[in-house]
Amino acid sequence: MVPLSWYLIVAAALFCIGLYGALSRRNAVAVLMGIELILNAININLIAFNRYITPEEVSGQVFSIFVLAVAAAEAAVGLALIIGIYRTRDSVNLEELDLLKG
Amino acid sequence: MGQLLEIIKDPAQLGPWFHNLLLSLGLSAELASLVGDVIGVLLLLIMVLTSAIFLIWGERKIAARLQDRVGPNRAGPYGLLQTMADIVKLLTKEDVTPAGADRVSFNLAPALSVMQIIMVAAIIPIGAGVVAVGLNVGLLYFVAFSGLAAMGALMAGWSSNNKYALLGGFRVVAQLLSYEIPLIFTLLAVVLLSGTMNTNSLAEAQGVRYFGFIPGWYGLLMPFAFVIFFVAALAEGERAPFDLLEAESEIVAGFNIEYSGMKFAWFFLQFFVNSLILSALAATVFLGGWQGPFVDQIPVLGIVYFSIKTLLVLFALMWVRATYPRLRIDQMMGFCWKVLVPAALVTVLLAAVIWKLPVSENIRAVLLSGANIVALVATLGIIGAQLRKRVQRRQTATPAATVQV
Amino acid sequence: MAITPQQVVFILLSVLTLGCGLMVVLSRNLFHSALWLVGSFFGVAALYGLLEAEFLAVAQILIYIGAIATLIVFATMLTRGMMLGRMKMSNFQSGISGVVAILLLGLLVLVLLQVSWPTEALPVPDDTIAMIGNAFVSAYVIPFEVVSVLLLVALVGAIMIARER
Repeated sequence: MVPLSWYLIVAAALFCIGLYGALSRRNAVAVLMGIELILNAININLIAFNRYITPEEVSGQVFSIFVLAVAAAEAAVGLALIIGIYRTRDSVNLEELDLLKG
Repeated sequence: MGQLLEIIKDPAQLGPWFHNLLLSLGLSAELASLVGDVIGVLLLLIMVLTSAIFLIWGERKIAARLQDRVGPNRAGPYGLLQTMADIVKLLTKEDVTPAGADRVSFNLAPALSVMQIIMVAAIIPIGAGVVAVGLNVGLLYFVAFSGLAAMGALMAGWSSNNKYALLGGFRVVAQLLSYEIPLIFTLLAVVLLSGTMNTNSLAEAQGVRYFGFIPGWYGLLMPFAFVIFFVAALAEGERAPFDLLEAESEIVAGFNIEYSGMKFAWFFLQFFVNSLILSALAATVFLGGWQGPFVDQIPVLGIVYFSIKTLLVLFALMWVRATYPRLRIDQMMGFCWKVLVPAALVTVLLAAVIWKLPVSENIRAVLLSGANIVALVATLGIIGAQLRKRVQRRQTATPAATVQV
Repeated sequence: MAITPQQVVFILLSVLTLGCGLMVVLSRNLFHSALWLVGSFFGVAALYGLLEAEFLAVAQILIYIGAIATLIVFATMLTRGMMLGRMKMSNFQSGISGVVAILLLGLLVLVLLQVSWPTEALPVPDDTIAMIGNAFVSAYVIPFEVVSVLLLVALVGAIMIARER
């Protein structure tokens, strides 16, 4: 059997990769991709805990389905925002989107 | 000898028999199941690919007859070897990669397309218990992997470095994702009735007989859902009147415009196998799959029944393709979102409400079937009235332009 | 310690997931990033399969690859000027965020290794799908309804924001 800790380490690594992507990229779409990786890492954790600790209750899987639904909503709204910004400002570079800066 | 006869009578025993044979040859249990799985995958692959070769011939022949042509008749008897000749021709053609193309994704896209369609084929039960993977989430698996087709087309369209290909890719995504929704809703209605997503159990559940003789096919219980599924399958199979993705007159050839030789053939193969899988799924989900008379005694008959039903649905797909002209893109999207999606929601609602009524099974079946027919007629009536109104408005607005619509 | 076949599969899938994930954040071409993202999602789906959560594995492919990844690819194409690979993809804080990510990973692994986690998985009940369905309409009915409203709001909102005026 694969020990639970292996899954947790893989999930932690994926989380950090996603975090790096979300923090370091200039393009808004690329930042969104990093956030999706973070959400995936969290789902791996939820399902692994569900499998190893309480498989007779499905709460881990239920929560990861909620995460899936929220991720879908977030991607739809986020990408709509990005396309809207691209239309008005002709750029999705996050460093140039500083209209609110004093 | 007797064992061989048993297997011919019930092909579902082939797998366990082969497994035992490998065990008796001295293989360990894990190795035996690995070898069995690999051989099963190869069998599936060969079956899908060989059936595609004859389907391409059949489609060309049938379309030709419907359009008063002769069709392929040179290579082999009745042109049967035409596909072989085409494959040889495509193999010998130059393999062009356009300048500025994104090489890796350009080469990967056809492979992804074919992989996707063969993975979907794994859940189709061709006989009683004869299914490559008896997945508990079979229908969901089908929906998930048919969604990957959009990915392959998008990759092909983007990496070709051609604006027509890119437009074709956009159209693929718009069409496939939109028409997936009514498709999923009709499948959901079926799952509500059967209580299972396993394709083999779905076919099994349709073995009940209402009033002792009417087969319990979901296509008979929910004719409206079947019609919606069929129309959505036309669009998912990229067939006329929904073949806007490859509208020659608008975007030249769609996402596969820059492909030549064998890579083009892969997209072509994906197109035909996709139609085959969609018909097979329609036969399994709505026409009882391998169910038919005497299937309980002689299970091998199931394969025959399943093939006949699949080919009938496939023939209907070809018939529509050879008959109807192409829609305009706004008409196609409008039809999906304004007609098919609400109609599919109605079928889910009907199935959910009527199947929980506290009456006997026979009455429930009659009620569901009747409600579906009423909904179907009402939908057709509403669409017809709207179209007539639009035609009248156009005629009163510009009397000179009384074109036939 | 002998390595079982399942562990080999796990290691291969982890390498696939993490490798594709790294390429997502390192690739200079945004379209390639999106394709690597699809690969990473596939790896995660396969990990779910290994965890015997087949419903989640298929849902992952359906929602993440079929819907979210397709949307992202679509958005990369619509914002075309940004993906020609000519410009720098990372911002001024990329160096420090890399350090932060690696430190966080080190910290997480350090903490993880302090705890003695179970190494043997417990048996999974047969009808997980039915159990998930029951959970949605019993214990989790309110979150379920809230999520459905959220999806509806997101749908309407996305259309309103992206609509041409």
